[in-house]
Amino acid sequence: MNIVNKFSLFNVPKYISSRLKRYSSHFVYHPEQISNEIGKTTKKNMYQAINSALDLVLNKDPNSVVFGEDVGFGGVFRCTMGLRDRYGKDRVFNTPLCEQGIVGFGIGLAVAGTTAIAEIQFADYMYPAFDQLVNEAAKYRYRSGNLFDCGKLTVRTPCSAVGHGALYHSQSPESFYAHSPGLKIVMPRSAYKSKGLLLSCVRDPNPCIFFEPKIMYRIAVDEVPDDDYELPLGKADVLVKGRDITLIGWGTQVHVLLEVAEMAQKEYGISCEIIDLVTILPWDKQTVTNSVKKTGRAIVSHEAPLTGGFGAEITASIQEECFLHLESPIRRVTGYDTPFPHVFEPFYLPNKWKCLQAIKELVNY
Amino acid sequence: MNGSSVLRKHNFKNVLSILENRLFSTTSEATFETKPFKLHHLENGPSTTVTLSSEDALKYYKQMQTIRRIETAAGNLYKEKIVRGFCHLYSGQEACAVGMKAVFRDTDSIITAYRAHGWTYLMGIEPFGVLSELTGRKSGNARGKGGSMHMYAKNFYGGNGIVGAQVPLGAGIAFAAKYYGNGGVCFSLYGDGAANQGQVFEAYNMAKLWDLPCVFVCENNGYGMGTSSERSSASVAYYTRGDYIPGIWVDGMDVLAVREASRFAIDYCTNGKGPLVLETATYRYSGHSMSDPGTSYRTRDEIQEVRQTRDPITSFKEKIIGANLVNIDTLKAIDKEVKAQIDEAVKKAKSDTEIGLSELPGDIYSNPLETIVRGVTPFKNLEHIRVGPAVNLK
Repeated sequence: MNIVNKFSLFNVPKYISSRLKRYSSHFVYHPEQISNEIGKTTKKNMYQAINSALDLVLNKDPNSVVFGEDVGFGGVFRCTMGLRDRYGKDRVFNTPLCEQGIVGFGIGLAVAGTTAIAEIQFADYMYPAFDQLVNEAAKYRYRSGNLFDCGKLTVRTPCSAVGHGALYHSQSPESFYAHSPGLKIVMPRSAYKSKGLLLSCVRDPNPCIFFEPKIMYRIAVDEVPDDDYELPLGKADVLVKGRDITLIGWGTQVHVLLEVAEMAQKEYGISCEIIDLVTILPWDKQTVTNSVKKTGRAIVSHEAPLTGGFGAEITASIQEECFLHLESPIRRVTGYDTPFPHVFEPFYLPNKWKCLQAIKELVNY
Repeated sequence: MNGSSVLRKHNFKNVLSILENRLFSTTSEATFETKPFKLHHLENGPSTTVTLSSEDALKYYKQMQTIRRIETAAGNLYKEKIVRGFCHLYSGQEACAVGMKAVFRDTDSIITAYRAHGWTYLMGIEPFGVLSELTGRKSGNARGKGGSMHMYAKNFYGGNGIVGAQVPLGAGIAFAAKYYGNGGVCFSLYGDGAANQGQVFEAYNMAKLWDLPCVFVCENNGYGMGTSSERSSASVAYYTRGDYIPGIWVDGMDVLAVREASRFAIDYCTNGKGPLVLETATYRYSGHSMSDPGTSYRTRDEIQEVRQTRDPITSFKEKIIGANLVNIDTLKAIDKEVKAQIDEAVKKAKSDTEIGLSELPGDIYSNPLETIVRGVTPFKNLEHIRVGPAVNLK
């Protein structure tokens, strides 16, 4: 898919710049280019696309339930708006504030055959449920010799920076969970992707954690197909083809990279290939290494801190698979090894300037 | 008539002055009846007859008014987009904090959740320190690095952003008090929503097992975010939910009832009887946080009714004026003083500067082996620095 350079970098249309100011976001959203073979579409933002996916699941699968804190009246980000009215309070319901309980309860529902879609209000709140996810959900099938599994469990949770979230409403904890074989971990970049990927997660026979970059809920507006569609898990998207360097990201960061690629092309004539990893676990090593073998350079960029971030895993794999093709070291452009800082968010984020600097250095290595 | 007449009455013995006292001035002490306490596993509870001095009446009134004003200012700053992060207002719940603080001794400590602005002020931080923390400026109580939920002071172990996470910490703080033998009691606060977190029950067990001087305070404002307590909790008798830990239900809209119950709790814990659960029945006027208008899960009439019939400040004001403990002019003077103080604090909190970028890598470790913080920067390296000083380590 080619992203059309709709907006010139330094002459952003007025409605975009006012939107940027309002959300103080550090990126420009690149809407999806949807093929017109896909059927009827409607303009939706990400929370509406997610709502549409949940609506489809509840409608088609009478054995499915949606639950979480304040989910009954729409959830704090409005993703479950109207679902309780449509499907009843025994299928869409509020839970007490108890994340460990919510996930454990979801595992129980799932292992007993129910399609369980749990919401944890913020990814930052999911740590009390860490044990349930890592020790229970991830290992249920393995430890029972496949007698039981909780593949019908999907945990949705908002993540990443939002412009003013401070320490406990901004974290990107995907790499913690990526260390747990048995889980699938997905982070969509857009409204279009979020609907298709969520439907895939719900129907995938493995427990999935679906991280929703919360800044996208309103900013990400796409033409989203009305119908049911699934997008593949474990498959990365090559969004822009390029010659000189591969840029790998996921979630919000994909849009930073898309803008950086435009800047690198315009300012330095550097041709970047952009990959959205889409699925953190299991990640699409083939697509990444094919790309790096072609370009000879790679940058992995994520909001989470540097040390132990998922970029480390990708970087190690690239050097192993592409060693003789590399023209420069592989670089990670990430958050700092600090807690997510309240007043320093603009400095903390791996923004376009940090990425551009890294591209320059690697190309001139 | 002004406050000095209170003193004057002792100096004049003529009839005129007695008449003047009758008409305009005040008595120095009065007695009130609180609503009955509900008791769990306790034979005797706090006294429902409470006495109040005029001096304390003025103090509590001023404290509650200050908290109300801070919260109104915080809400406005948030709407102006000057406060970033999250913002949870305490308006309506003032009597809980002020009542507890009234009986704190130097050795007592407290830890609470994210509705922490009022407590920060009560524990010794000026309103300016609270408001500039909210606006993320350098004069903020945590230098702007914590924001709304993360404020601290001596014996105040913080606001805490994660629902229920502070409760076991409170048990630990209480254990330390017992271990050091300083006679201190720790008040570990949480809401009716957090009361359903598993770690609360883990903390109950440890506290009773080791008879820790810990008061678990459930501030029940009726709603855990947008879900009413009846719809989230199998038992809404939160004061009984410590099971083997005795408990007291108290009218959290009455500062004197909270004070009396807290006094009882401190006495109970310092006598080596172990922990106690205190449920303060209260109400929050605003939504859970600023993104919640607070009207989708309850009616405006309900909020209005509480404001009119149970407001902790108005009801206290009526009570102390009715008992002739204070006169209305003194209260008006306090209102004016508080308003001026908060207005000034807001002005300064808006104009204060932010801390420098050098503090981004500050205070991550106490003594890092590697002083350059890892990450990516096109600017100069980020050197780890010690900003401190920690108030708990002396």
